[in-house]
Amino acid sequence: MGLLSDPVRRRALARLVLRLNAPLCVLSYVAGIAWFLALVFPPLTQRTYMSENAMGSTMVEEQFAGGDRARAFARDFAAHRKKSGALPVAWLERTMRSVGLEVYTQSFSRKLPFPDETHERYMVSGTNVYGILRAPRAASTESLVLTVPCGSDSTNSQAVGLLLALAAHFRGQIYWAKDIVFLVTEHDLLGTEAWLEAYHDVNVTGMQSSPLQGRAGAIQAAVALELSSDVVTSLDVAVEGLNGQLPNLDLLNLFQTFCQKGGLLCTLQGKLQPEDWTSLDGPLQGLQTLLLMVLRQASGRPHGSHGLFLRYRVEALTLRGINSFRQYKYDLVAVGKALEGMFRKLNHLLERLHQSFFLYLLPGLSRFVSIGLYMPAVGFLLLVLGLKALELWMQLHEAGMGLEEPGGAPGPSVPLPPSQGVGLASLVAPLLISQAMGLALYVLPVLGQHVATQHFPVAEAEAVVLTLLAIYAAGLALPHNTHRTQAPDRGWMALKLVALIYLALQLGCIALTNFSLGFLLATTMVPTAALAKPHGPRTLYAALLVLTSPAATLLGSLFLWRELQEAPLSLAEGWQLFLAALAQGVLEHHTYGALLFPLLSLGLYPCWLLFWNVLFWK
Amino acid sequence: MAVTDSLSRAATVLATVLLLSFGSVAASHIEVCTSRFWFNYRHVANTLSVYRSVKRLGIPDSHIVLMLADDMACNPRNPKPATVFSHKNMELNVYGDDVEVDYRSYEVTVENFLRVLTGRIPPSTPRSKRLLSDDRSNILIYMTGHGGNGFLKFQDSEEITNIELADAFEQMWQKRRYNELLFIIDTCQGASMYERFYSPNIMALASSQVGEDSLSHQPDPAIGVHLMDRYTFYVLEFLEEINPASQTNMNDLFQVCPKSLCVSTPGHRTDLFQRDPKNVLITDFFGSVRKVEITTETIKLQQDSEIMESSYKEDQMDEKLMEPLKYAEQLPVAQIIHQKPKLKDWHPPGGFILGLWALIIMVFFKTYGIKHMKFIF
Repeated sequence: MGLLSDPVRRRALARLVLRLNAPLCVLSYVAGIAWFLALVFPPLTQRTYMSENAMGSTMVEEQFAGGDRARAFARDFAAHRKKSGALPVAWLERTMRSVGLEVYTQSFSRKLPFPDETHERYMVSGTNVYGILRAPRAASTESLVLTVPCGSDSTNSQAVGLLLALAAHFRGQIYWAKDIVFLVTEHDLLGTEAWLEAYHDVNVTGMQSSPLQGRAGAIQAAVALELSSDVVTSLDVAVEGLNGQLPNLDLLNLFQTFCQKGGLLCTLQGKLQPEDWTSLDGPLQGLQTLLLMVLRQASGRPHGSHGLFLRYRVEALTLRGINSFRQYKYDLVAVGKALEGMFRKLNHLLERLHQSFFLYLLPGLSRFVSIGLYMPAVGFLLLVLGLKALELWMQLHEAGMGLEEPGGAPGPSVPLPPSQGVGLASLVAPLLISQAMGLALYVLPVLGQHVATQHFPVAEAEAVVLTLLAIYAAGLALPHNTHRTQAPDRGWMALKLVALIYLALQLGCIALTNFSLGFLLATTMVPTAALAKPHGPRTLYAALLVLTSPAATLLGSLFLWRELQEAPLSLAEGWQLFLAALAQGVLEHHTYGALLFPLLSLGLYPCWLLFWNVLFWK
Repeated sequence: MAVTDSLSRAATVLATVLLLSFGSVAASHIEVCTSRFWFNYRHVANTLSVYRSVKRLGIPDSHIVLMLADDMACNPRNPKPATVFSHKNMELNVYGDDVEVDYRSYEVTVENFLRVLTGRIPPSTPRSKRLLSDDRSNILIYMTGHGGNGFLKFQDSEEITNIELADAFEQMWQKRRYNELLFIIDTCQGASMYERFYSPNIMALASSQVGEDSLSHQPDPAIGVHLMDRYTFYVLEFLEEINPASQTNMNDLFQVCPKSLCVSTPGHRTDLFQRDPKNVLITDFFGSVRKVEITTETIKLQQDSEIMESSYKEDQMDEKLMEPLKYAEQLPVAQIIHQKPKLKDWHPPGGFILGLWALIIMVFFKTYGIKHMKFIF
């Protein structure tokens, strides 16, 4: 008889698996963490290289010299903006027209789910201004975008000035084969989202925007610029976008080539590039950069205008000029030259960027880890869940087989109707209750904000956050199981089995699209999920489970993030930041379609509640 | 009678030079550039440079089949529209206004190339698109593009293998379409393309051996692309020295672009060729040089046709007994062709020179006192 159909051998195999299970789980978990930490060391991390042939073998001569003009434009823009309080649309239109572009405007408005600190009202409306530079000798089938987001807190006037000066310079060249769109948006990312939705003729987030009068062509690449000072000491690049999407690595390689050519100091995640990767210092610094990238990607926020372009598969980057206390400063001409070079090389493209990686991790600006090399880390972690589920299945089955042995039937798949039936029925209730709690967590905070403000002296944003926390904590106090069974062990084992499979499926799906989020949640939730059982030190397991719940993971990662950025938080500040992050998560879900909030509330929180049920099973 | 006398006198005066052409050793050329797209600018510049050189050496357009993708000069990315440059700083525009491209854009396919070679062309094809060669023609075939071990890529969608090419040449030999054939290829791993030839009278040159890449040359930041490939650049420099009277032979062509300049190792193959390469003149393939034999005899031309026929027969018999005269010094060609020296544009003295002179003048006035300066200003 075969291995799996011979009951004697099966029992031996089951006993072997059960005996080795705990060491295998520990080994697998440690292997996963170790693999992740090893990603910064040379065989797993490679140097970046330009994959696109059309961009690689070219060299360009930058001729931008409009630094004074850019500064003059910036001063005018700042003055007009201060006078009018909002984006000076008429001035922008006039200036863009004088520079030689085709100018159009677009108005948009959005009703926010609740007024947050930056906007402080429900209705946000504004105007975007954009100018199109038509390619002199080509049909307008493709385009490139240079965008500057202007919000109330970040005026970006020097970025607008540089944009206008670059437009004037580009207008005088005849070698453009793609149209170039110069876009200035109001209200930061809300304006960018409105423009993109109108450009691609979709409506994914409920924005009301006027249709675009002028259009350029399929967007091949976009660069977002944020500059608030006349001189910069370094340029920081942001790649992580909405829901953890990343641009094609070739765009980052392009930026890095021009940094090297112009001698600019370029940073990633605010950190300098380590020179030496052979000793230990380089990889350690790479590890910090890698962890920062993982945390940013896991949060799923668009870290700049570029994050919203990625949804439409337009490769985009955000460049931020940082003015710190270094001695050597670069003026607008240097930044302008780098941008000119980038656009000139992007002009040479014949197809969309597709040769290089779309999924990668960056320990440094010139080093990357490809998906084939970092996926095993999360694979090892999910293996723990698989092993635990296998163990529970065998235990459940053994208990079933043990009860059946006096009967003598050697069939492998004989169900035990009474106890199995009761087992399944007893599972339905906890599942339904935890999913209902998840749904309440998703829907109630925004729906109930008015009720909350009537009864408590809080603002709407605070009401939303506090309702969130209240529902989260209320889930811990629910009744756990509805009826007793003859074999209480079977009940919680079956529930834990279902919960483990549910968690493994969710984390697996999340890790495929957003590896960082999947890995982060797996690191924290997998050990306590594997350990949860009603016997043993209950308070210890309960404390561990609370500490690794999704909300606590969010709190912990905020602290870790600030620690890595060398601006550590005290507990009170951390708590404030946590509340702000919760509010922003809900807001971004409603305004841009960020998926972190629904994933955590509708997917992982119910799963976590199931483990809480298992822990307190009577 | 007076008329015939004057005619015969004129005839005798005129007949001091008799031109005889010993068989038509005319050269025909096929130049193929197999790449398209802006970043393959250098392949088009390669082909056009060779085209320019052979035209300069006398081959007419009717004997050249030029196959180009021709999307460089009018490409929207070209900062100098309607030009294709082969030297940086835009010294030499090889596109000009008298380029005759026979197969352009999507017509450059393997099928068309092989049809041109073997002559299996539909009857409606115009003469400019045919290779009009016979068994006395020397043919030069120049190919450039992206290649690999045993194949050459045509326009991103198909390839021609070295076996196909060898078979095409054998078909040409059997159809008596060439006398001697010179095959030059400038691609990566170019030597693999001539490994399989098996027809007689073929000499082949390649820019790199199997396993080596041919490198590009002349990066031009103003245009934004590489303008030439190394091997063709140095071949071109070599060809600039050739005029229709030169006696340079093939061995010199084999020495062009050693590894120190080309980084790849150029190769050549002469085992199928009957003559010794050092006896083969470059102008046999690259130029259209009529072989001239000067005779000092005068031939009387008389009006009576019967007499003319018999005297013609006599002259022929005499010819057969005589030693053929050497190809003596012909008319001084350099004077006729008027090769002017290349004019370089005058540039004002650079900053360094000006600064140096300013320094010298300042030191002078400082030493001898500032009061001298007022005599200047």
